Amino acid sequence: MKIAIPVDEKTLESNVCVSFGRTPYFLIYDVETKESIFIDNSAAASMGGAGIKAAQTIVDNKANALLTPRLGENAANVLKLAEIKIYKTTTALVKDNIAAFIAAKLPLLDEIHAGFHGHGGN
Amino acid sequence: MKQLLILSGKGGTGKTTIAGAFIKLTDAKAYADCDVDAPNLHLITRWNAEPAKTDYYGLPKAEINPELCTQCDQCRQNCWFDAISIDEKYKVDPFACEGCGVCEYVCPVEAIAMIPAVAGKLMLYSDGEKVFSTAQLKMGSGTSGMLVTEVKRQMKSAAVDTGLAIIDGSPGIGCPVIASLSGVDMVLIVAEPSISGISDMERIINTAEKFGTKIAVCINKYDTNIENTKRIEEFCIKKGLPFIGSIPFDSNAVKAINNGQTIVDIDCTSGTAVKEVYHKTMNLLFEKGCG
Amino acid sequence: MPDFMDTGAINMRIAVLSGKGGTGKTLVSVNLAAVSRESIYLDCDVEEPNGHLFFKPEGIQEEEISVKIPKVDNELCNGCRKCVDFCKFNALAYIKNKMIVFDEVCHSCGGCILVCPQKAVTEKEKVIGKVQKGASEQVAIYTGILNTGEASGIPIIKKLLSEENAQASKQIIIDCPPGSACIVMESIKDADYCILVAEPTLFGVHNLNMVYDLVKLFNKPFGVVLNKCLEEENPAEKFCLENSIKILGRIPFDNELGTLNSNAEIAVNKDEKYRELFSSLLNTVTKEVQHETTTNP
Repeated sequence: MKIAIPVDEKTLESNVCVSFGRTPYFLIYDVETKESIFIDNSAAASMGGAGIKAAQTIVDNKANALLTPRLGENAANVLKLAEIKIYKTTTALVKDNIAAFIAAKLPLLDEIHAGFHGHGGN
Repeated sequence: MKQLLILSGKGGTGKTTIAGAFIKLTDAKAYADCDVDAPNLHLITRWNAEPAKTDYYGLPKAEINPELCTQCDQCRQNCWFDAISIDEKYKVDPFACEGCGVCEYVCPVEAIAMIPAVAGKLMLYSDGEKVFSTAQLKMGSGTSGMLVTEVKRQMKSAAVDTGLAIIDGSPGIGCPVIASLSGVDMVLIVAEPSISGISDMERIINTAEKFGTKIAVCINKYDTNIENTKRIEEFCIKKGLPFIGSIPFDSNAVKAINNGQTIVDIDCTSGTAVKEVYHKTMNLLFEKGCG
Repeated sequence: MPDFMDTGAINMRIAVLSGKGGTGKTLVSVNLAAVSRESIYLDCDVEEPNGHLFFKPEGIQEEEISVKIPKVDNELCNGCRKCVDFCKFNALAYIKNKMIVFDEVCHSCGGCILVCPQKAVTEKEKVIGKVQKGASEQVAIYTGILNTGEASGIPIIKKLLSEENAQASKQIIIDCPPGSACIVMESIKDADYCILVAEPTLFGVHNLNMVYDLVKLFNKPFGVVLNKCLEEENPAEKFCLENSIKILGRIPFDNELGTLNSNAEIAVNKDEKYRELFSSLLNTVTKEVQHETTTNP
């Protein structure tokens, strides 16, 4: 199973990025093989619709779940259609959230914010 | 950090006047002017230093190279924004161009390129204690929603640890207003007791409701029309919206503003009234147990 | 009693704008339209249209305004994603072999329709607002209304301005939105003359400066109406004098006028003194326009 997390830096010591659509990188972590891949988020530089583009990246990288502190409406719709589960990160460090996820201690993300509707975000 | 946004629907009701007062009363450490089209907040918030300025790039604009252009007319026919015209040479109207790239795509001789275009300027005032984020949209630009988002983002990343940010919004219900509504914790609607003001207030409430944020209403210049003031109060009761106060018309308010001061910097009736509105707003914003 | 003199100037398109909201654009445009022999009032403040509240037009006909957005036939789609890659606004996503369109993010450029090699993307209409046409005595009223939640009212303004072109010999008054962004530019594009309404406040002058730059950029002849004038020094008047801007008229700060306006009453129909004031203003503007056409044909 692969999980995706928005990260500030390309290292497992990184913090989770506060933004999904504008995060500089995503970590794609394979829970079974423990393999980590860091990918650039091309949506970060977008004028608008960053959430949609970032969500497309997650879909294309075949993640099964996303761990994120927050998520906008449009991005959430993309992920729901792709049947990717969305979990809420609870602490700052990436590795703590991965551990919590594996221990089935991470909650699902219920609060989807209204999103920026193509007007950019942070 | 909780964000309070001040909107009105109609222009000229007193958003900036009230925002300025709130900022003074709360000694705000973070505030922003999201009326990027016609920013005014900086005129009454006294900053000695110059702000840090950043060019804001909106969507790129198409440019046609007349040397390569064969005048085949494909670009003009395919532009859904009517941004291309011919006057001896084929030209792109930079005000109408939305940067979609269709003309670049259809041009058979690669005579069209998308060039980055400055659509405004972001400004950040900071002194280590507080930050004030604002911007000026270049005249005739679109992408005002994007710039508003940048203003908020700038404020958030520069803000020192503080519990409250005050955001002065823009009139209307379009792009810049929608962008300013995203992610705020509460909207204070400043209404004006005129038929136009009531009509506009209803439309902005309609827009704000779509975002599910807390909404409260206050009336400015309430004594210019008591009957309409009552109408607004009744409307709020009917909609279940908290009505949190009325501020009288006060010629001293204009004097204060024209001196670059807020209405709580001088002793005046509107200043006294706005303090009440401020306290009620804070209570609503910080009350516990609300979704 | 002076009345509006028919100087034979036909099809004069006058745009009323201000930069700052609440200075009196609608007050001026509604009353100028009402005091004209026959006129058309166009409300281009499509986000918050107010003119109709004053005129209370009758015989209203409505027309929906829509923009074109893409629709995908998933049977024809082969998943090449050229459309997704092309879209500068990120309005498209490809999930589980299906294309989805984010209507609100779409800017209606038609690019995806063009790039699809399978012709799987076609257009469909999305309603963003409407134009209402009605009349009140000698004034024809066209109101543009943008639906809440929609981002841009430009297509509605385009429709409003094309409608009035169909009518020749009438005076046209265009009530513009506040500010100086693209929506305002669209409103003044075809204007023969621009009236800038200014209020005597610091904020007002700051924003007056912006629309001043705008009308100069568009090479529009213009003048200023000073509204809510008090006894004190008027920063807007000072601005006009400093920049040699023609002052067309002064409307005093007047509680009675304020009350009439806040009750959505048309001042020129309520009191002779207001009829005189706005007739005189219209005369002045007409002379300015005529002067322009003779010196800059």
